[in-house]
Amino acid sequence: MAEYQNLFTQVQVRHTPDPGIPASGGDPRIPSAGFSYWLGKIGDAQLGPVYLGWAGVLALVTGGLSIFLMGMVMLASVSWDPVQFVRLLPWLSVEPPGPEWGLRIPPLNQGGWWIWCGFLLTVSIFAWWYRMYSRARQLGMGTHVAWSFAAAIWLYLVLGFIRPILMGSWSEAVPFGIFPHLDWTAAFSIRYGNLFYNPFHMLSIAFLYGSALLFAMHAATILAVAKMGGEREIDQITDRGTAAERSQLFWRWTMGFNATMESIHRWAWWFAALTVITGGIGIVLTGTAVDNWYLWGQKHGLVPDYPQVWGDPAVPVQPGELDGPMLAPPAQGFPGLDTSMHEVFVVPGTDVQVSFAEVTLSQEIVR
Amino acid sequence: MAMLSFEKKYRTRGGTLVGGDLFDFWIGPFYVGFFGVATIFFATLGTALCVYGAAIGEGLASQTWNLWQISIAPPPLEYGLGFAPMTEGGLWQAITICAIGAFVSWALRQAEISRKLGMGYHVPVAYGVAILAYVTLVVVRPLLLGAWGHGFPYGIISHLDWVSNVGYQYLHFHYNPAHMIAVSFFFTTTFALGLHGSLILSVTNPKKGDPVRSSEHENTYFRDTIGYSIGAIGIHRLGLFLALNAGIWSAICIVISGPFWTRGWPEWWAWWLNLPIWS
Repeated sequence: MAEYQNLFTQVQVRHTPDPGIPASGGDPRIPSAGFSYWLGKIGDAQLGPVYLGWAGVLALVTGGLSIFLMGMVMLASVSWDPVQFVRLLPWLSVEPPGPEWGLRIPPLNQGGWWIWCGFLLTVSIFAWWYRMYSRARQLGMGTHVAWSFAAAIWLYLVLGFIRPILMGSWSEAVPFGIFPHLDWTAAFSIRYGNLFYNPFHMLSIAFLYGSALLFAMHAATILAVAKMGGEREIDQITDRGTAAERSQLFWRWTMGFNATMESIHRWAWWFAALTVITGGIGIVLTGTAVDNWYLWGQKHGLVPDYPQVWGDPAVPVQPGELDGPMLAPPAQGFPGLDTSMHEVFVVPGTDVQVSFAEVTLSQEIVR
Repeated sequence: MAMLSFEKKYRTRGGTLVGGDLFDFWIGPFYVGFFGVATIFFATLGTALCVYGAAIGEGLASQTWNLWQISIAPPPLEYGLGFAPMTEGGLWQAITICAIGAFVSWALRQAEISRKLGMGYHVPVAYGVAILAYVTLVVVRPLLLGAWGHGFPYGIISHLDWVSNVGYQYLHFHYNPAHMIAVSFFFTTTFALGLHGSLILSVTNPKKGDPVRSSEHENTYFRDTIGYSIGAIGIHRLGLFLALNAGIWSAICIVISGPFWTRGWPEWWAWWLNLPIWS
């Protein structure tokens, strides 16, 4: 164990920055390039040169404008107070239009800003997709990065565009904001009867965890044979060396099966892509084809029959427990949180009324 | 049949951690070794106990062979940290011991194979992080909370129900800061895996008729598009770092829920709202 395990680069070589291979189209690169000692500890030390092109400019302008607008809407929601903006930033939100607007375009301060932010962000993402695609072609490479990116764009469009249209209302879409998008996710799962029972959610999680597993296996294997040059994967694919042979035998001897130096990257591509492809399918079916995943699971024989082991779940209130500062929302509500999250819906099959914002913000209601 | 064309010259003796030459052989493509035998022992026993539990309906109100519904529950909380009777969670305890035995044996077998092939120990160490996350869930957190009943049940749907229920015990688990970090690492790992897999495939699979491209193409593509290419060795260091952190922060986010924070996670953020710098 004491020998060198190749976790950091110990000797860094400096040279004139690599200008990159010639491209068969597009504007010239921005030539400035330099080196970073600390980046060089784990990876390549060289920074730049970078290629911009019209798609890159468009992506940066629209993406920057979208984020700038989000910031301004959030700043306006705290009465333009910069201190409160920083203090409440995680709670602040750009909310989609209310359900009364359906698929119409509302005034700016009633969800119109959300439409604008979403539109600009989408333009930015598509421009960036084109940039990844066209640059690969200009460099004479395959376009696998762009298609992997397209899989992620599918999930993005399902959440903010396709499913809201199928449901007939922009209010179904995800708000922009740190805690608000988490609130949306939790409320979405509760509203549709627990997303864990959604089989495509199961698949998406399996591929997400599988991706972490696969990357840990692959990266660890390559690092373990890096002393034989294993990280030079293209060379090992086209002209197999002892690093590729050992890395393959490792898994063959461990689990009876091995990928090859090339096929492991096909496994990687599909695991990552299927995470978002199956995730998008799971979301697009929710509320459109299936209204309650728990009841769906019950119908299809998923739900276990548990013994009754629990008594009264009520926990006695401890002295002073309800005196804390954050046990109830301020009377005027949190800026940016006064949203559809406060709306009451009825839990299907019962007459229990739930408002998600109240559940999360007030311990007393839970008690 | 079981050997790759280049395999024979690598099948040499030595490198074992215990047992010397005793189990130093292969069966088909599998290496055996002392820890292979130990893995088989624990995995077979654990699986048999799971099947036995399913046969008697342990952990459920009624017996079922429905694969989704089978569940082996941990003991009721009143058994605390003691041993429970076999049909009241004792099976879960025995299966947990078998699982840990099998996982640790597997990691040590990976270490032996690494030694045999002259490789680094990165894979067994990485696998050790996964074992750590599992042990945190079924041993460390139950120990800290004082009852084996805080472990999760072994069943496809029942473990999802456990995650759901334990999550809502803290009102809204997304507000757990360590959970936020863990989820971010999972997403980033998958993102980076997609990029790395894509890049290698795009270099080895250019347009029909074109020659395979080089690592210069890899670097140029990412320098052109995002201004930085981490490089061939760097992406594997980054990937391992991201993937292991996903597991490590998952373990942290559950072990702090209960032992170190018992209220709703949204409330935890009060410290931020109440910082003296705001007033």
